[in-house]
Amino acid sequence: MTDPAKAATGMTANALDLNDLSVAYRVGGRNRAVLRNVSLSIGRGEAYGLVGESGCGKSTAALSVVRYLPRNGSITGGAIAIDGKDVMKLDAEALRRARAETVSMVYQDPGKALNPSIRIGRQLTEIFELAGITGKAAEERALAMLKRVRISDPVGVMQRYPHQLSGGMQQRVAIAMALANDPSMLILDEPTTGLDATVEAEVLDLIAQLRRELSASILFISHNLAVVSNMCDRVGVLYAGMLVEEGTTKDVFNDPRHPYTVALLRCLPRGGQRKDQGRLDTIPGFLPGIGATITGCAFADRCALADDRCRRELPPLYELGDGRLSRCHYHDKAQTLPRATPSDVKLPAPATAAEPVLRVENVNKTYASHGHALRAVKDVSLDLAPGETLGLVGESGSGKTTFARLLLGLVAPDEGGQITLEGKTLAPRLEGRGDDQVKAMQIVFQNPDSALNRSHSIRHLIGRALKRLAGLSGKALETRLDELVRSVRLTERHLAAKPRQLSGGLKQRVAIARAFAGDPRIVVCDEPTSALDVSVQAAILNLLADLQAKERVSYIFISHDLGVVRYLSDKIAVLYLGRIMELGPSEDVFSGPHHPYTEALLSAVPKLDRSESSRIRLDGEIPSATNPPPGCVFQTRCPRKIGAICESQEPPLVQAKPGHMIRCHIPYPELARLQKHGAAQSEPA
Amino acid sequence: MSATDTTTQERPIGRRGPYAELFFALMRSGTFLTGFAIVLFWVICALFGEHFTPYDPLADDIINALSPPSAEHWFGTDQIGRDVFSRVIVGSRDILTVAPLATLLATVAGTALGLFTGYFRGIADDIVSRVLEAFMAIPVVIVALLAIVALGTSKATVIVVIGLSFAPIIARTVRSAVLAERELDYVAAAQLRHESAFHTMFVEILPNVIPPILVETTVRLGYAIFAVATLSFMGFGIQPPSPDWGLSISNNYGMIGGGFWWTVLFDALAIASLVIGVNLVTDGIQGALND
Repeated sequence: MTDPAKAATGMTANALDLNDLSVAYRVGGRNRAVLRNVSLSIGRGEAYGLVGESGCGKSTAALSVVRYLPRNGSITGGAIAIDGKDVMKLDAEALRRARAETVSMVYQDPGKALNPSIRIGRQLTEIFELAGITGKAAEERALAMLKRVRISDPVGVMQRYPHQLSGGMQQRVAIAMALANDPSMLILDEPTTGLDATVEAEVLDLIAQLRRELSASILFISHNLAVVSNMCDRVGVLYAGMLVEEGTTKDVFNDPRHPYTVALLRCLPRGGQRKDQGRLDTIPGFLPGIGATITGCAFADRCALADDRCRRELPPLYELGDGRLSRCHYHDKAQTLPRATPSDVKLPAPATAAEPVLRVENVNKTYASHGHALRAVKDVSLDLAPGETLGLVGESGSGKTTFARLLLGLVAPDEGGQITLEGKTLAPRLEGRGDDQVKAMQIVFQNPDSALNRSHSIRHLIGRALKRLAGLSGKALETRLDELVRSVRLTERHLAAKPRQLSGGLKQRVAIARAFAGDPRIVVCDEPTSALDVSVQAAILNLLADLQAKERVSYIFISHDLGVVRYLSDKIAVLYLGRIMELGPSEDVFSGPHHPYTEALLSAVPKLDRSESSRIRLDGEIPSATNPPPGCVFQTRCPRKIGAICESQEPPLVQAKPGHMIRCHIPYPELARLQKHGAAQSEPA
Repeated sequence: MSATDTTTQERPIGRRGPYAELFFALMRSGTFLTGFAIVLFWVICALFGEHFTPYDPLADDIINALSPPSAEHWFGTDQIGRDVFSRVIVGSRDILTVAPLATLLATVAGTALGLFTGYFRGIADDIVSRVLEAFMAIPVVIVALLAIVALGTSKATVIVVIGLSFAPIIARTVRSAVLAERELDYVAAAQLRHESAFHTMFVEILPNVIPPILVETTVRLGYAIFAVATLSFMGFGIQPPSPDWGLSISNNYGMIGGGFWWTVLFDALAIASLVIGVNLVTDGIQGALND
């Protein structure tokens, strides 16, 4: 295989070469192939992205580089070379040295990578001591490393324990540790996946800056195509343990040559796509299970372009010139892949003129936290029309989930506010609400593993909801169960299964069926797709849109993914420290002029098709809700702060134009002028 | 619409249920199988022992009193000439009735209390938990003494005494498991169906806390066997003329000084083997659940 980076740098050895690498896991007494003949090369100083859905072998590839596979994993063929040295031939001591000096890894969950009972300073210093630097010198190097990853208050951080740092700071420390011994190869395995978009943007910036300062090559693994496209020079797409496409990031994402890449890109709501502009495309079928015998093309079963030749004959990696590779017999036709999902959609507009189905007036929630009042939700008022979707956005800790729980009655709001459902005031707690009111408002939780009782069968889970919420029994229940199961696109055979026997997407369908059992008026969707792969996410979003069109239900949709929120929502509420900072029709909020916080949130989203020019960065973390900043709560991080007024006076939520409210001291026309310049680029991918 | 989603059509539904998985894991566990074999041996002795003992365990034979182990009397004879081997075999019966029933009572009462305190939390939990802790501070023997004074000696008394003294310990385990389950969203989902507290506790939460209950129950069974033997030894438990192990040791331990060790040793070994057997079963289950 030729490697453009090698030719470009003129160096003799690549930073990393995988040659025909095959890895298997031993499960149930049988070796099951996870990586199949993967060959790739990463040049010196190059950043290489590896993308693909969960279960395609990305992390296994990373772990096998330093032979760090789990106990039941083994390399069954091929070769790995770091700096031209064959890793397979290293003895235990040499392997230890390679892991300590040459290759560093950063994992998804920094909380697990750091020892919870040792201070940050000690953990970092230890690395230098291992490298032979002692005493004060090691400590100074540790401090310098923290400064290098631009952590705020590095001296203070040295004295702290991991749990005293936020997720973003922990990841900075993990990166500092990884860079401590100046590795020539840095492996980043989903380094920003658990982080908020604003924090993710900061960490990605840091990695990009460090790349310029250091000579390290990077293997960047992510399921997020946009992140990879911003960070990497070249990208490889893995499918079922096989490299199916490779090329420069720009080429692969703009001009994909494998149907899988084409399909993956189509699953994402991009360029401000909305539900009334057509369904998202999905990928039918499933990834072959690990160890499945594959004859022909692994993707053939899910590919509308596949013919007999594809099913019979494993396509080689066709070289398409310019270092581009595609494992498809019909790579020239890949982009003509027909849609798996018809895009036609008929969505009735929400009945905004009608009486609102839900009205929230001056709702507050205060928790007592170590003697301080924690205002989780402050003075929130809004309306929801029948058939309308309200998107709730904001960083973690902004009060989105608490607000949803208040509405549902799982948490009682403070006295004084009022929640009205179809004209009737709701009791603060569930116990005080009538059966009709309870069934009218249901929720799809973020994590189906927690939301579906693992001891019950799918039939019981949905049947019980029908019995309690719809009051059905006997024959009528069976009929409705059948109907409901079909409407969420599950089949009869799933009914006997327990939740753990289903995939994440199927489990979420069960949760959706359950929420719809009593013909609800409002369904709260709390990050329903955050744990799912993009193709499954697309299917779930389509399902939610279809159900809305059919049932005229209103959604309150919570998500950190702004592309997803934009796709589904008619109306957006932006929350910060429990306050509504901006509220308005989806189009207005996204296209602006918007609140400076909204502007920053939008700007933080990594985009597939945009350069990183006009980014706005938020400094630091969201302040504690027990001690919110005086004046405007956003002033400590606001890039458009105008002066003393922001620090002394909380701005009111004022109407910028009909239906669009903004809580900012900057007058609307002025915001429009300030943001005019950047507005063109703030389209989310 | 049908084309929208073939994603739901094909995924094979594999993987066994959790209990089938536990069963297969146990069948691979040497620890469990060893313990199970020991316990099974004593259960068979308890059920059918009288049919295969060489002598009637209650029949005295003064002429052959205190004869050492021999081909005729494998484990020797006691003070009044009863065959020790036959007595050890049949002696398993009372302890294997009383200890499991006491454990069952402790499990049922403890699970109910644990579900109640863990589910309702707050003030109800505080009051009940403090009472249970106070109860746990009283030694079993004292409770047994009081109960026997009040109720008279009988197997039922022993069962109730041990059952109720172990219940708070099981309640504590169940409570902590329930507290963790309570935080899961399926409990909120049940509330959003206006389910009764009873339904939520027993139909939603209980099946998910069975594994820790199972482990705690087998641990308690080991302790219960020990407790029954102790009470019998002290005279508060199983009463003569039963060939019960603890009782036999109590009747004969004065003879050790005279060199008649066989009157005590085999009963002691029997108690030890049963407790060890139960503990091996416990370890096996715990190991299988943690895998």
